[in-house]
Amino acid sequence: MEMPLPDPAVLAQKPRLVERLLQVLPPEAVIHDEMETRAYECDALTAYRCPPLVAVLPSSTAEVAAVLKICHDMGVPVVPRGSGTSLAGGALPTADSVILGVARMNDVLETDYENRVIRVQTGRTNLSVTGAVEEEDFFYAPDPSSQLACAIAGNIGMNSGGAHCLKYGVTTNNLMGVTMVLMDGTVVELGGAHLDPGGLDLLGVICGSEGQLGVVTEATLRILHKPEGARPVLMGFDSNEVAGECVSDIIRAGVLPVAIEFMDRPVIRATEAFAGAGYPDCEALLIVEVEGSEAEIAEQLGLILEIARRHNPVELRESTSAEESARIWLGRKSAFGAMGQINDYMCLDGTIPVSQLPYVLRRIGEMSQQYGLGVGNVFHAGDGNMHPLILFDANKPGDLELCEAFGADVLKLCVEVGGCLTGEHGVGIEKRDLMVDQFAPDDLDIQMAVKDVFDPQWLLNPAKVFPLAASLGRRAG
Amino acid sequence: MRPESEAELAEIVAGAKGPLVVRGGGTRAFGAPVMGEVVETAALSGVVLHEPGALTLVVKAGTPVAEVEAVLAAEGQRLPFEPMDHRALLGTRGAPTMGGMVAANVSGPRRVQVGACRDFLLGVRFVDGAGRVLKNGGRVMKNVTGYDLVKLMAGSHGTLGVLTELSFKVLAVPQAEVTLVGRGQDAATGVRVLSAALGSPYDVSGAAHLEAGVAEDASQTRVRLEGLAGSVAYRRDALLKGACAGFEVVEGMESAALWREVRDVTPFAAREGAVWRLSVKPSDAPGLTAAVRAQGIAAQAIYDWGGGLIWLLVDEVGDAGATILRQQVAVLGGHATLVRGSEALRRVVPVFQPEPAPVAALTRALRGKFDPRGILNPGLMG
Ligand SMILES: Cc1cc2nc3c(=O)[nH]c(=O)nc-3n(C[C@H](O)[C@H](O)[C@H](O)COP(=O)(O)OP(=O)(O)OC[C@H]3O[C@@H](n4cnc5c(N)ncnc54)[C@H](O)[C@@H]3O)c2cc1C
Repeated sequence: MEMPLPDPAVLAQKPRLVERLLQVLPPEAVIHDEMETRAYECDALTAYRCPPLVAVLPSSTAEVAAVLKICHDMGVPVVPRGSGTSLAGGALPTADSVILGVARMNDVLETDYENRVIRVQTGRTNLSVTGAVEEEDFFYAPDPSSQLACAIAGNIGMNSGGAHCLKYGVTTNNLMGVTMVLMDGTVVELGGAHLDPGGLDLLGVICGSEGQLGVVTEATLRILHKPEGARPVLMGFDSNEVAGECVSDIIRAGVLPVAIEFMDRPVIRATEAFAGAGYPDCEALLIVEVEGSEAEIAEQLGLILEIARRHNPVELRESTSAEESARIWLGRKSAFGAMGQINDYMCLDGTIPVSQLPYVLRRIGEMSQQYGLGVGNVFHAGDGNMHPLILFDANKPGDLELCEAFGADVLKLCVEVGGCLTGEHGVGIEKRDLMVDQFAPDDLDIQMAVKDVFDPQWLLNPAKVFPLAASLGRRAG
Repeated sequence: MRPESEAELAEIVAGAKGPLVVRGGGTRAFGAPVMGEVVETAALSGVVLHEPGALTLVVKAGTPVAEVEAVLAAEGQRLPFEPMDHRALLGTRGAPTMGGMVAANVSGPRRVQVGACRDFLLGVRFVDGAGRVLKNGGRVMKNVTGYDLVKLMAGSHGTLGVLTELSFKVLAVPQAEVTLVGRGQDAATGVRVLSAALGSPYDVSGAAHLEAGVAEDASQTRVRLEGLAGSVAYRRDALLKGACAGFEVVEGMESAALWREVRDVTPFAAREGAVWRLSVKPSDAPGLTAAVRAQGIAAQAIYDWGGGLIWLLVDEVGDAGATILRQQVAVLGGHATLVRGSEALRRVVPVFQPEPAPVAALTRALRGKFDPRGILNPGLMG
């Protein structure tokens, strides 16, 4: 992946930059030793690494504003960072950049059950937002698998989703307001404890803007009362087509499961070998989960099982206890780990129209043969967000490149059938150069014009989202 | 002008010599008055794609909302955000279009449960102020590819571009619905009850309080449940034992009628006065109404979204409460939009809530990018 050359003028300013940062931050919040900046050299896309010039860990909105003002004055690029779990290289530094980490900003500022909102500093981890309201049986709905580690900051940056988004929506549907600092240090408040904006929906643009429009320091989030219970059912099918049809029939029947997860044979076999959840050896497996009281669960599952039976499943397993529920989820939850046992893998994230599922799975299988790399599919079937896991050997020269080429072909296929490059992980550097496959030049131009408004010098999170060639004129000017 | 295609529309915009007034059905014209040549989207009409099994709908922007609702209903589906019909309240005629609905980000009572129009909008095509045909988003339910301009277009009232094609996520119509109605509560009590119901695990899909004299002599507190029949019955009983003790049970068509009334604000349709639409933190709502009355301005309120949305009918005396409402809202958080008011009032009172300086600056700069010549509904949003 090509990155812009570091600006020698910026590199040369390092001593002056550190000195100025130390005027607004305590010494332990300014990391400039070359060994220590290494800790920030990558996110979860570990194939790409580059230590930043400096990393700072401010502890308030005012400190963030002071840092940004200095960097703006000196023309230094800034890369906002939450917990660094991005799978797209969204928080990858450049050698001439300052990493601005919000990890120390993790306070709960206000909990308001009556109005069903919580206000937090954005360095707080996703799971600990729910942790803060659990004693009252409330929760924060978006639940990325990385929720133990990832921060609300990064969730907003990427507009992250989770297993339960079929019912509850993704981050943007649960985000009500932010405090954000622009690159020049201006603090802006958008939204709040009320619904929908009075003017243009700037909050909607900020969510998913990958740290390129401003640094989000505080967030107002919608919280909900927990459902009384939840229960999964497992279904095995002889073909992907039939499993796909079953998914369609369920979602149009008027029952709204909270999750419909799909696994194909390679993943089923891998998880069986790894976790032994007792899955049937079949072509396609669905886990459908519903929520509610005992009676409500029974009513919904009755309908779902009736639909499933019409599709002649090879296996239909209804959980009757907490242990059985855990076993049904066990394989799914260890799927990534299981594939990782076999080899290194790259996790893709394209979305397709649900109706294209069988075709796309078949094509991915064919490509797997062509490239000679194994692939397993595990994904959120209700919304068409695929996660093909391509296996490769990081120690074998050329394998990563081969895997990336395979991945690019799969993502182009997603676009071709009416879908998109990324459903929840974001573009980052990983899919930057594929943007031209999804967007016409004018479509990219209007997005970049939005960046021009918020960050005229293009200092925030450089080299992400837009192909370098497309943004060249703007970055120079 | 009534372009027959997206390409023709693009030509019209590119060649425009002066301001354009963008019009769908012309039923929601509540912004500041705009002068200019009218461009109608009515001929850009039709359902492009409806995949019931994928909950996906793609339509051209000029398609009447009613036509779309009929197409969906035939498959047992609907627009989940329950868009309001503004005609009764504003005394307008014509057929509301999908484009107009999106341009005003119109949502109804179910917004509090499932989200707003903007939350179900998956993709847009539009012509910007320079006459370029642009697209953003797509037709799939999860999409974080590039910046989300779909949300930005929703609620932009035709000031950033003329919408031409829209894709939505739709949902199935549930088997059953029921409304629990309590009478005689004051607004503060009513909103507290609604908060308790919305804060329960019972998945409330409508929560409104109509002050005394609005729907009938007594005030009404309404809580709606929807879903599978058994589930609705279970949750109904649970609420009747808790937050909604003593409430009357209204089912089926009668229940639906109660929510059409809230959605379309019909009680204010035939009454004189200006109508404000306020979005606030629910627990702030009763105090806001009281503050207006404390100024000696007669007012009546319908609280939807558990109190978070106030429809306020006020006498058109002075500035119809604008100063006090906007001051309070600026402090408490939220916004106040003047949805109905005489020409004279709208000349002196901005229709949309004035924004704090840094936000206003960003908004202005964005408009400059989407509409460099300032020809699309100029001044409509202030
Ligand atoms: C094992 C694993 C499982 C995962 N599962 C899921 C999943 O189920 N669903 C899903 O959606 N994602 C998933 N992810 C991806 C990742 O966890 C999410 O993208 C997450 O939201 C990133 O959060 P973070 O705090 O780690 O952000 P980072 O990686 O630090 O940053 C992510 C992006 O946000 C920007 N950013 C960070 N902080 C700010 C700020 N304060 N203001 C503005 N922008 C900022 C960054 O510049 C970057 O572009 C998974 C990752 C891993 C490793």
